[in-house]
This record gives sequence, structure tokens and C-alpha cells, in this order.
Amino acid sequence: MSEPLIEVKDLKVQFNVRDGIIHAVDGATFTINRGQTLGIIGESGCGKSVTAKAILRMVPRPGKVTGGEILYHRRIKSNGSEITDIVNITELDPDGEEIRKIRGGEIGMIFQEPMSSLTPVYTAGSHIGEAVGLHRLVPIRKVGAQMVETIQAHRRISKQEAREIAIDMLRRVGIPKPEQRVDAYPHQLSGGQRQRVMIAIALSCEPKMLIADEPTTALDVSIEAQILDIMRELQETVDMAIMFITHNLGVVAEMAEEICVMYMGKIVERASAVEIFYEPQHPYTRALLKSIPHVGKKSRERLASIKGMVPDPFNLPSGCVFHPRCPEYMPGKCDRIVPSWTQVGENHWARCLLYEGV
Amino acid sequence: MLAYIARRLGYILIMLVLVSFVSFLIIELPPGDYLTQKLQELQARGDRSAEMRIAEYRARYGLDKPLLERYWIWSTHFIKGDFGDSFEFERPVTEIIGQRAGMSAILAISTITLTWLLAIPIGVYSATHQYSIGDQITTIVTFIGLGMPGFLLALIVLFFAMTVLGQEVGGLFSREFQDAPWSFAKVVDLLKHLWIPAFIGAVTGTASLIRIMRGNLLDTLGQPFVEAARARGLKERTVIWKHAVRVAINPLIVILGSEALPQIIAGNALVATVLNLPTLGPVYVRALQVQDMYLAGTVLVFIVGMTMIGNLLADLTLAALDPRIRLE
Ligand SMILES: Nc1ncnc2c1ncn2[C@@H]1O[C@H](COP(=O)(O)OP(=O)(O)OP(=O)(O)O)[C@@H](O)[C@H]1O
Ligand SMILES: [Mg+2]
Repeated sequence: MSEPLIEVKDLKVQFNVRDGIIHAVDGATFTINRGQTLGIIGESGCGKSVTAKAILRMVPRPGKVTGGEILYHRRIKSNGSEITDIVNITELDPDGEEIRKIRGGEIGMIFQEPMSSLTPVYTAGSHIGEAVGLHRLVPIRKVGAQMVETIQAHRRISKQEAREIAIDMLRRVGIPKPEQRVDAYPHQLSGGQRQRVMIAIALSCEPKMLIADEPTTALDVSIEAQILDIMRELQETVDMAIMFITHNLGVVAEMAEEICVMYMGKIVERASAVEIFYEPQHPYTRALLKSIPHVGKKSRERLASIKGMVPDPFNLPSGCVFHPRCPEYMPGKCDRIVPSWTQVGENHWARCLLYEGV
Repeated sequence: MLAYIARRLGYILIMLVLVSFVSFLIIELPPGDYLTQKLQELQARGDRSAEMRIAEYRARYGLDKPLLERYWIWSTHFIKGDFGDSFEFERPVTEIIGQRAGMSAILAISTITLTWLLAIPIGVYSATHQYSIGDQITTIVTFIGLGMPGFLLALIVLFFAMTVLGQEVGGLFSREFQDAPWSFAKVVDLLKHLWIPAFIGAVTGTASLIRIMRGNLLDTLGQPFVEAARARGLKERTVIWKHAVRVAINPLIVILGSEALPQIIAGNALVATVLNLPTLGPVYVRALQVQDMYLAGTVLVFIVGMTMIGNLLADLTLAALDPRIRLE
């Protein structure tokens, strides 16, 4: 039963800057199913964060979504049965009520920079309280209310309740002495603790999906393992999808069931995590995998890194954008023809001319 | 906390002693003193008894004593609240300051209020609408405001008020209210006059404050916590005011503290002179020119004292507003 939660279809995001246009996301297509973890990997600057922000309708200026759509399948209860309502996020007003209900309430996000993602003048507890106050409602029980009444009255959460939720969330993300830490200011917390607080904020509203944008890149390895454990544990208890963005292949192997590989704003390969690691099809994916150091493989040679440089975003190569760096470059083809999305196995797709028989 | 405040007050006291002594020296530096000038003036008028009268003054004000002794007498009296006499007004300094301090304070407070009420919203607008038409206009206007000397602006506004509004300008009251007791009509009359100096004072202050607010807020808006707040589902207005502005405004508190309090004593003397305002500024400038020692020295000590108390208040406020700052 893989029911889609977010469908991104041919998403295009451009930044119109002084030197020209940056195609930060250039036709990305993928689906995230309910309860599933999708990994997005790719080198720095390939458009991972911009894709994530587009899902929350938060692309920073001067960026603009110039094409495609993002469909959010929202489940609503109606007359006792569940129906699915489809919201096209790209068409929402970026400061409208609809998207603000989704942000934080239905899709939570944690960011790359735990050190500065909390407002320095507010406590950990007030951050959580703010989110909970916006999105969590408590049903009001009316004496003698009819059982058939379908629309239930709700009220906002009280200060005291918000504090209790905050303490409980901090405990769940493994912050010691949460009754005291709830009143701590960000500068009194370590980087790892701050990221835990960010996770607590994001999960306090019980979202249907969590976007984790390189949540552990800025942290050291032992803290990274703890944070990943916490995310996995919490995911099991709340049935939440995760879009896990990273450039660390080791981390994504641990977290994701399915993986999208991005290069220069395009998804170049998509398959289950196992297939990506054992049967990578796109030359870029293979090159990425070769760049992971292996324990025991004692070689004196330098880590295999991908040859060449990331191309100039204002001056993209013709044909397949990876061709100047590709070990399997086919002259006359790869520099002329733009590869299309091709099925290369069961549930395994790639964007490469090797599989197009041209 | 209390120990910190006590220590700061101690420093302020030491500074005041030093400043008062140095200023005493500096005011004394030009050749001659108030009475040498006065003597020349009287002799020029052909006053025969000039020499005698001046000698009498000299004895009365103790000007024949050496500098150190005079400083000692003045400063010991100062502590008791007796600031000495003004030569020019021939009245106690306390009286002159008492008469004018109220008006100075009213003017300074209205100027500061106007400045902040204008600068903060405009600065926030300018930063949140970076490079929009509104922002560009603001930028141009603030640069003009920064470059325009206050006294020139005062003259322009005077001219405008007289010719276009047909208003009697200069001073803070119309003639009929000058010595009248306080009444509702007198307050209205004061407001009618007050807007001119308050506006002029606010222009330069507002311009620089807008620039600072805009710059700080632009920096803050680029911080990840602003994006994180937005991702929590807050309204854009809440994101801006509760998170970004709340953090970006802290450095401005220091400006408020260190500039506002001294301004109450002798702010904008040049503009006040052009507009003929009954405030302390013009009196202070005049006292410096004619070496009216005790008047000038007293005002200076107050300016320095207010500056330092303002800084202390700013630090305390900042510590209360920003949990990262600890008073050591
Ligand atoms: N505010 C912006 N203004 C201009 N260009 C931007 C802006 N934000 C992102 N970009 C461009 O969009 C592209 C994708 O950026 P993005 O932040 O999505 O990269 P990323 O894959 O998340 O990289 P990293 O791993 O370093 O976080 C980059 O080429 C960048 O130059
Ligand atoms: Mg990123």
C-alpha cells in the first residue's frame, strides 16, 4: 500500500540574478509516499535545499517556481470516512492561511544550520509553544453533544498545555532534564541539542512529513548517529514520511528506503536504496559511490573523486549536463541530446543516454 | 547585578571629576577671562569706574585666586548643588539651568519620539521591500537628510512656515503666552511651535536611524532562524516583527541610550540658536564663547554625566532584552 503524500512533477525553480538565470531546480519529478523515507543526495549546490523549500512554498527571493507542480494529498475526515483532497502547493499564496497550515502543521522542516536556526532571544520552550499554539487544537467536549455531530469544535492550546507538550517533546528527543532545559536560551545549548530542539519543534505538531535538510551535516559523528536514531524512532511511533536530504551517502543508506540522485537541478537516477548502492545505473551515481572511503580497503591512492568541476550555472553544458565529467561520455551524442527519464529496471529510473539506445 | 551597577556608578563619578577638571582647564585656555573682555567693553564705552568695578567682580567671583583653588571651591560647592554664578547673566547657574531644562527636555523628548516613530517602521519597510521603489525613494531621502545641515533645514522650514503657513516662528511660545500661566491654550500654542524644531531635529536623526535599522534588519533577515520561523507556519508579519525586528533592534538601544539623554541637556544648539529657542543649547554655546566659566562647566559636566548614565541604562536594557548578554 504505497499511497502518495507529495508528488513533485517537473518542478522548475529559477533564480534571476544579475549575471543571468540560475536553473536551481530543472524538471525534478518524484513522489514521496506516506510513512516512507525518501533520500535526496547530490553534491553541494545541486538544488536539494531549493527543492525542499519549494515544497513549503518558501523559495527565497529572487527565486521563482517557473514550472511544474507540487501536489499534496491531504487526508481529511468527512462523515466518518476518510477522503483525500489534493492541494497544488505551487498555486498557493505564499503567505496565505492554507500554506501556513501546511508549514509546520502538516509538513515540518529541520534545517542545515542548527547553530542559528533558533531565534536567539527566545527559549527552547517558547519555540515549541509557538508551533504548538499555531497548529494543535484540542477538541471541546460539550455536555450532551450529539454523537452524530461531525464538525467538532476546537480550541487553541493553553500556555500550560503548550509547556507540558514542550517538556514532553524535549524528553522524547533525548534532552536531559527537560523541565529545566525548556527554559534554556539557544546559546545555552550545544549544536547537537539545538538540532534536537529543532526536531522537537518540527515533530510537536505531529506532521505527516518531515523534511530534514542535511540535519546532521554541521554536527560531529557521534551526535549525528544519535540524531539519526531519534528521527528513526520517532518516525516509527508517528507514521510520518521523511524527505531526507544529504550529501552523505553513508547516512542516506542508513535512513532511506528510496533514493533520488540529483545533479545540477535534475533528478538523474531514482531507485530503492539497495539498488542505488548495489546496481547504480547512472555514471554520476557510480562516481558518487566510488568517492566513499571503504574501511579495510587500504589503498594509498587518493579517494576517487569525480573528475572535473561542477559546471558554471550560467553556462551549462549542452546535451546531458554531466557529459564533461562523465567517464562514459559518448562524443556526438551526450553533448547533443538531452537524455530523458528512462526506466532501467523495476522501479528504477535514470536519465542517461546509455539506456536510450540512441 | 547590583554590584555591577554600583561599580559603573563609581566609574561615572571618577569620570565626572576628571572631565570637570579638564573642561575647567580648557575653558580657561584662551588668553584672558570673562572679565578682561568685560573691562575692554566698558572702557570702550568710556566708563571711568570700569577698572574698579571689574576689580570688585574679580574679588567677588574669586577670579583673582589661582586655578586649582578656584576649581576646588567650585567643585566642592557643586556637590552641594551650588553650581556658582554666571558672569553674563549675573545670576546663579542653578536658576538659569532650572529655567531652561524643562523646555530642553520637552523638545528633546518630542524629537526622539518623532525620530523613532518614523525611523523604525520606515527602516523595516525598506529592508523587507529591498530594492522596491519605496526602498529606493527612502534611500535617496535618507541620504539628503544625512547630508543636509540642521541649521540650513531650520532656515528653510522657517521660511516655509512664515510665507506659506503665515505662522509666527521662532521661540516655543507666541508673545501672549510667553509669561502666561499654563493652560490648555498655552499647550496648544506650544505644540504649534514645537513641531518645527522637533521636525528639524528628527530629520537628521531619522535618516541615520533608518539606515542602521535597514542594514541590521537585512542582516537578520538572512539568518536561518527567520526561515525556520516561517517554516513553522507563522504569518509573515509575525516572522518579521516577533523574530527578525526583535533581534535586529537591539543594537539601536545603545544609540538611544547614549544619544538621547545628553540631547535632553543641550541637543542641537545650532538649530536652537537659529530658531531662538529658550533651551539650554544656545546658552551653553554662548557661555563657551565668552568664557562664562561656571555656566559652561556645569552644562558640560551634566552632558557628560547624562551620556554615561545613558550608556549604563542602555547596557542594562540590552542585558534585559538579549539573553546572550551578561553583565560582568
Ligand atoms: N537566494 C539565492 N539566490 C541566488 N541563488 C540561489 C539562492 N539560493 C540558492 N541559489 C542557487 O540555487 C542552487 C541550488 O542551491 P541549493 O541551496 O538548493 O543547493 P544544495 O543542493 O542544498 O547545496 P548544499 O548541499 O550546499 O546545501 C545553487 O546553485 C545556488 O547558487
Ligand atoms: Mg542545502
